[in-house]
Parts: sequence; structure tokens; C-alpha cells
Amino acid sequence: MNTEEARARLGQSVCDEIDSWIAKFPEKHSRSASIAALRAVQHAEGGYLSVESMDAVAAYLDLEPIAIYEIASFYSMLETSPVGRHSVSVCTNISCMLCGGEAILSHIERKLNIKVGESTPDGRIFLKREEECLAACTQAPMMMVDHVYYTNLTTEKVDQILDNLE
Amino acid sequence: MELNQVCYETLRFDKPWTLENYRRIGGYQVWERILREQPDPVSIVEEIKKSGLRGRGGAGFPTGVKWSFMPKGDPSPYKHLVCNSDESEPGTCKDRDILRFNPHALVEGMAIACYAMRSELGYNYLRGEFMDEPYGRFSQALKEAYNEGLLGKNIRKSGINVDLHAVLGAGAYICGEETGLLESLEGKKGMPRFKPPFPAQYGVWGRPTTVNNTETLASVPTILRRGSGWFMKIGKDEKNGGTKIFSVSGHVSKPGNYEVPLGVPFAELFELAGGMRLGKKLKAVIPGGSSVPVLPAERIMTATMDYDGIQKAGSMLGSGAVIVMDEDTCMVRVLERLSRFYYAESCGQCTPCREGTGWMYRAVSRIENGRGHMEDLDKLVDISHHIEGHTICALGDAASMPVWSFIKHFRDEFEYHVRERRCLVGPGAVHRELAA
Repeated sequence: MNTEEARARLGQSVCDEIDSWIAKFPEKHSRSASIAALRAVQHAEGGYLSVESMDAVAAYLDLEPIAIYEIASFYSMLETSPVGRHSVSVCTNISCMLCGGEAILSHIERKLNIKVGESTPDGRIFLKREEECLAACTQAPMMMVDHVYYTNLTTEKVDQILDNLE
Repeated sequence: MELNQVCYETLRFDKPWTLENYRRIGGYQVWERILREQPDPVSIVEEIKKSGLRGRGGAGFPTGVKWSFMPKGDPSPYKHLVCNSDESEPGTCKDRDILRFNPHALVEGMAIACYAMRSELGYNYLRGEFMDEPYGRFSQALKEAYNEGLLGKNIRKSGINVDLHAVLGAGAYICGEETGLLESLEGKKGMPRFKPPFPAQYGVWGRPTTVNNTETLASVPTILRRGSGWFMKIGKDEKNGGTKIFSVSGHVSKPGNYEVPLGVPFAELFELAGGMRLGKKLKAVIPGGSSVPVLPAERIMTATMDYDGIQKAGSMLGSGAVIVMDEDTCMVRVLERLSRFYYAESCGQCTPCREGTGWMYRAVSRIENGRGHMEDLDKLVDISHHIEGHTICALGDAASMPVWSFIKHFRDEFEYHVRERRCLVGPGAVHRELAA
């Protein structure tokens, strides 16, 4: 794939976003924009990165495809297989665990009838397995839904948040 | 005890993050004075040395000394300041509140640090999960600073150039390690680099770089505005000067981020956080983020919250994340969860960490699930000591310290789990597999 084909594959708005990130870095260091580029593509293409779209990013940034694949598999916020529209991450690390984070996660599993790591069959919600602490420990338990933090959770609050997702 | 004197000073206002409110506490006065008077950068580094400010991200290295490692010479766009806003140490959430509630203090601190180190280009690396509110607030503050003519090229015709940018990670604990962060900033996997060379010689894109924590940099404007002596005297002594933010979480009545003088007795901080919730008894505290040794109640209750005080008690101040556990907490279960975290987050490049973290997680998990053996306990301690100090970065140490310290202080609980195949504490003192 050459740059023009990559541009066509990615679309103008994604390319513009990638360019705005490249502008933050010194000349000849556009590789620094690769994480941001993958995030932009993931947002634009239904929440995950196909091999084809990763190849396009590699071509656009003039990198070998492996340089992009290895980032996509290394970082937890990047998905390489299809997932539900809304990404839900429930923190169960120590502070949240002490404050009932695991009960929140079990509640969601029961409510959606899926296990952590799975998406609902209608493709509405992806319940991500979250290993990291999300840095809202004094407002535990918490979860992140499509990049937005929801803190001091109760099962009622969780129901309300999830029921409002389209 | 006076709260919120440095990084959280704007918290007393309604919208603490605005430029207007930052100006009300004397914000940008120091930076504007530097732009006018153009003091010798060395004098700023010396002032920071005198203040006693130490790295607030966890390592506690003296900030001024770190700054002095950067090569001298003319100001250059080929030297970099990088702020570490990757905040991922379990229990730690202080930097998120600086970014959300006082982003201008960080902008000003970064500008001053750039000038002091003769760098013309700085980056703030925020963890990817911060992309909504913290990144939004910080980016807005940057925009305002540019609009006010406080950043950019030839700022207010001073001849000084400082450009700052905000960038985002994408979810990896290891990117909080400074060289892992630099790799990530280059658009690569966040695998830490072998040192030396240190970042001050060979940092991002091979250029001299200094990485400082968010709280460290956000403290700089107030230190220079009110004087290094003022800051130093707030704290306990020369090695423990100034304020520190403690993120108190877990089983307390009023969890929160408390910015207090270093050297405050733990008992006072504990009281600020409302003491134990539900009238329970205190069992244990991890005083500096999940990677530092746990301390039983009797040890922490007599400790003071500063670098030396916590070290004397047998742990480390780390990032200042104080994780409080009550009498019903199963220590085996907590260790199992922490071990799973380090296993998942090991970058995999060093064998002792890659293999050892998985080994430790599986062993603790066996004990938690009633399938452990008594000899596992000594083996766990032994393995943890063989990981510690044998890896490129500190993640190996971070994974080991919970393991040996939990077993050291709560061995009876681990033995009970092995012997009785059930839990010693808590109302639900039946472990998961037997219950199923």
C-alpha cells in the first residue's frame, strides 16, 4: 500500500487527526504519532483495528507493518478483534477491590449475561478485562465507559449508566 | 495542619482549573518574572535544590540534582523536558486531580523547568485513560497559555522559546517507568531501556531528556514564588521538605487526596481521612502504592509520613498512595490480585520478571484457592528475592515487594489457607472454589 492508497483507506478526517499529532513531534519523528493514529482509526472504525487498517496506518507513517502490529498488541486500550460498540472497563485493582469493585463486575456480568472479556451478542457492550488501576482510587469503585470515568459506583448507578447506552 | 498549600491551592475556588483562578493565587508571576529578568538558569536549579523537592512519582530523587544532570550550553529544541502523567501505580490518583483541578500550575512548572534546563520543547505524557477530563483540562490550559503569550517562540519578545505539547499513551503500566515512557513517546512498545546511558544523556529520540512527575513539576511555581526556605520548612527536615499529596483509599470513611506537610504522623492523616469506615479495626496499610511493602497496623500507626519515617517503619513512601485495609480483609486474596496485575503488566523483556511474575501469581492463586502447599511460602519468598534487582527496570522489584512483605507480616493467614483450605478472616471466609 502506498501513501495515497493509505490516505484513501483511512479517510480524510482520520488523516487530518493523524497529521495534527505528527505536528506535535520534531521532523522525521512521525513514528511518535503511531499510538494516536491507531486510536483515531479505532474510534473511526467501530472500536477495533483490522489488519488492513493497521497496514494503512503503517503505510501512512512510512513504517513496516510490524511496527504497528506490535503496538496494537502491546497497549491495552487498542483492540485487534471486533468488540461491542461501547467499551466498559471495571476496575478491580486493589483500592476498587477493597470497595466492592468485584461485586460491581459480577453484577454487570449477570446483568448482560456475558463474562468479562466478552461482548453482548447484539454488539452493544464490550466488557473489557481491566488489569490496570485507572487512577480514581479515592472514588472507588469505578468504571470507565468509552473514556468517561464513573466513580463511587453502586449497582443502581451502574444499571442506569448501562441502560442509557445505545 | 494546613491543607492544599502547593499543588491543590486552587481547590478553594469554584472552578479551580481556570486561568483566572490560577492568577488569583499568584500563578504565572514566576514565569513572567523569568521572561522579564532572564536569570541564570543555574540559579533556578540551585533554588530547587535548596527547597528539598524530591521526585513525587515514587523514586524520591532530588529534583534539582536531576535537573543539573542535563548538558549546559545554549537553549535548544534538541533537549527535552518530559512530564510523567502516566499515573498508573495502583492506589495513586493525585496527578489526575492536578490535571483536572490545577492544570496551569503544571504548565507553568513545565515552562520554568524547560528554562532551567535550557530546553525549548517539552511534552506531557498522560496515560491514555486520561483522555477525557484530565487531557481536556490540560490541553485547554495549554491553549490559554499560548493565547496569553506565555508559551511559543520568542515569548513576549524575550528571545525565549518554549513549546509544550500533551500526548496520550494507550494503556500500559510500564509506561510509567521513565525510559518505558520515552519509548512510548517515540511510538514504540513501552519497554524500559537499560541504563546507563541515563535519559539526561540519551533520552527521547536520543536527545538529552529529563523526566519529572506531574506533582513534582506542579510544585515548582509555588516553591519559586514563596521561596525555597518556605517550602522546605513546611516539611520535616532537609531530606523531607515541603508538602506531599497522599491518595488515601480503601477502608476509610473519607477517602481522598490530601496535600499535607511531609512528616505528618500517619495517625493524623488517618484522622483526616475519617478513620476506619463502619467502625472496623485497622489491619494493614500499603503506604506508597501497591509496589511497596505492606505494613501491619501497629507499625504504621506510629510512623510519620515522609521518606525517612516510612523507611524506618519498613516500607517506602513511593507515590504516596495510602491503601488502608480493615480486619476483614483477606491478605491472600489481596496479594493474589496484586500479583495478577504485575503478571499482566510485565513487558516481558527480562526473564526473571516475565517468568517470575507469572510463577508468583499462579502460586499465590493456588494458595488462595485451597490448593497450596506449605513449602510454597518459602519458595515464593525465595523467588521474589531472585527477581528483585535482576531486571532492567523496577517492575520486577515492584512485583516482589508485595509478595515477600505480605508473607512476612501475615504468614499465619497464608499458612491457615494452606492447612485449612479456607480463609481465616471475613464474613465470607470460604474461598471461591469450595463455595462453587
